[in-house]
Amino acid sequence: MAAIAEVAAVRAARRNGIVTGTVVMTVLLAIAPFIGLYPVFVMKGLCFALFACAFNLLLGFGGLLSFGHSMFLGTAGYITAFTAKEVGLDPALAILAGTAASAALGVIVGGLAIRRQGIYFAMITLAIAQMMYFFYLQMPFTHGEDGIQAVPRGRLFGVIDLTHPLAMYYTVLVIFVAAFVLIYRVIHSPFGQVLKAIRENEPRAISLGYDADRYKLLAFVLSATLSGLAGAVKAIVFQLAALTDVHWTMSGEVVLMTLLGGMGTIFGPVVGAFVIVTLENYLASLGEWVTVITGAIFVLCVLAFRRGIVGEIAAWWSAHRR
Amino acid sequence: MQALFGQLLIGLINGAFYAMLSLGLAVIFGLLNIINFTHGAQYMMGAFCAWFLLNHGIGGVSLGYWPSLVIAPIAVGIFGIVIERTMLSRLYKLDHLYGLLLTFGLALVIQGLFRNEFGSSGMPYQMPSALTGGVNLGFMYLPIYRAWVIVASLVICLATWYVIERTKLGSYLRAATENPALVQAFGINVPRMVTLTFGFGVGLAALAGVMAAPIYQVNPLMGADLIIVVFAVVVIGGMGSILGAILTGFGLGIVEGLTKYFYPEASSTVIFVIMVIVLLVRPAGLFGKEK
Repeated sequence: MAAIAEVAAVRAARRNGIVTGTVVMTVLLAIAPFIGLYPVFVMKGLCFALFACAFNLLLGFGGLLSFGHSMFLGTAGYITAFTAKEVGLDPALAILAGTAASAALGVIVGGLAIRRQGIYFAMITLAIAQMMYFFYLQMPFTHGEDGIQAVPRGRLFGVIDLTHPLAMYYTVLVIFVAAFVLIYRVIHSPFGQVLKAIRENEPRAISLGYDADRYKLLAFVLSATLSGLAGAVKAIVFQLAALTDVHWTMSGEVVLMTLLGGMGTIFGPVVGAFVIVTLENYLASLGEWVTVITGAIFVLCVLAFRRGIVGEIAAWWSAHRR
Repeated sequence: MQALFGQLLIGLINGAFYAMLSLGLAVIFGLLNIINFTHGAQYMMGAFCAWFLLNHGIGGVSLGYWPSLVIAPIAVGIFGIVIERTMLSRLYKLDHLYGLLLTFGLALVIQGLFRNEFGSSGMPYQMPSALTGGVNLGFMYLPIYRAWVIVASLVICLATWYVIERTKLGSYLRAATENPALVQAFGINVPRMVTLTFGFGVGLAALAGVMAAPIYQVNPLMGADLIIVVFAVVVIGGMGSILGAILTGFGLGIVEGLTKYFYPEASSTVIFVIMVIVLLVRPAGLFGKEK
């Protein structure tokens, strides 16, 4: 009985830690524009943080390494930009349309990719993403290399003028925090627990009566949808949908953000996304060296630093508390 | 008709490179259980090695195509062995996905360094004089160099198949793929075999790079997109069989060439579409075995 109580206490402490962390993070982000941080920069970080959190849901908790997540980011971006600019939809509806398109793509790609496991899963998602890249390169509506430019931000629900920087900023923040809380809820729901069980030992989960493929597909679609949400918001913020978002380097980048921040941790992808976005911001003048440094961080993370920033801090914390 | 045969020839050439690269990937995967993402970068390094030997040489002596065919694979193979010993060997006990992530990072580093040094525009590599010119076959004009690439890659692929499937060394290799602990217990140095196999697979990629140099331009990113197509080829063929990798490589090259003739818009995506269809019909791949 004492042991059970102890486990419950540890769990409660961890949950309290996460709740406190979420509140601190939200407050920090809410005051960010007033403490000298450039809103567009933080919005870029938030879009990538949401993308990385969605990716982490699949890799960190489902154990599935997708090397083609750029297709969800890019698809939603293109659909949102197109519906907002050419169809003239309200930004909320355009974001919804883009997210729905990524969800639909997620159903198709997920259904195909979960037929194979491990390394094959990574290669299949990568190959399908490359196919989507060529598809968008050739489709007339994407304007190829130019992308869809000058996407109007418009008025959210016909009321809130998103051309105002702070209105845009707080809209992005609300979307991000809502998605973040949703991901947290999913991970700690019975669904999330079954997903973890499948990651740890798939045959055993199946023998317990869980339909592993259905769980994996649902996780994939959820991750694709939220990645799509990130891409849709990004298209409205930057008023642009371009090929870089569907390229395989973007798929690699989200893997790196998650790995660097700490895969399988709640806050890791957020930290990783902001570190990488900051790094790219400061190193932009170095040109190709950015690729070299990105690759070197990758190698370093895999060889010496597999728990990532947040994972290492959490490990240090629990070791020093006793 | 001329155009059709022309595209078929290009398809065969591409197929030759798909076959050599997917063969190297399959050999490495068989023993190391790692998908080598640096394969494309190592193919590019082979081409650059040949370019460097021709334009700068060793000690001021310029070395042409034929010496490059030997030197480049050995040099790049040694580079691969160093990577295997210093980095990959630390990851064997972990999830295989870490090997993929490590080699992906390495590919970024290598390609970034080469782009810094050489820019992103391609550099021409002079065709060896013995293989210039061509033969008129009546229905089409066949450049000799292209014929040489097809024949040479076929010979290399079949020789690899022979060594792995029909010799004693190959039987050790196949045994170690099945059960490395047992093979080691019989007194065979498995870690050394793993290292040499990785070096061999990498060398094969570099050899393909040297052969590609006179056809395509020597470019830091020449392997980056190619490797993704080769991944799709590997998924289609399944990695269970050496002969399967060779057949799938050449076959898909031809299909791609035909698509370029009949429906050019789809030529860059046709291999991926085939991959999707194969996944629906035979998830383990055409020659793969379901584990």
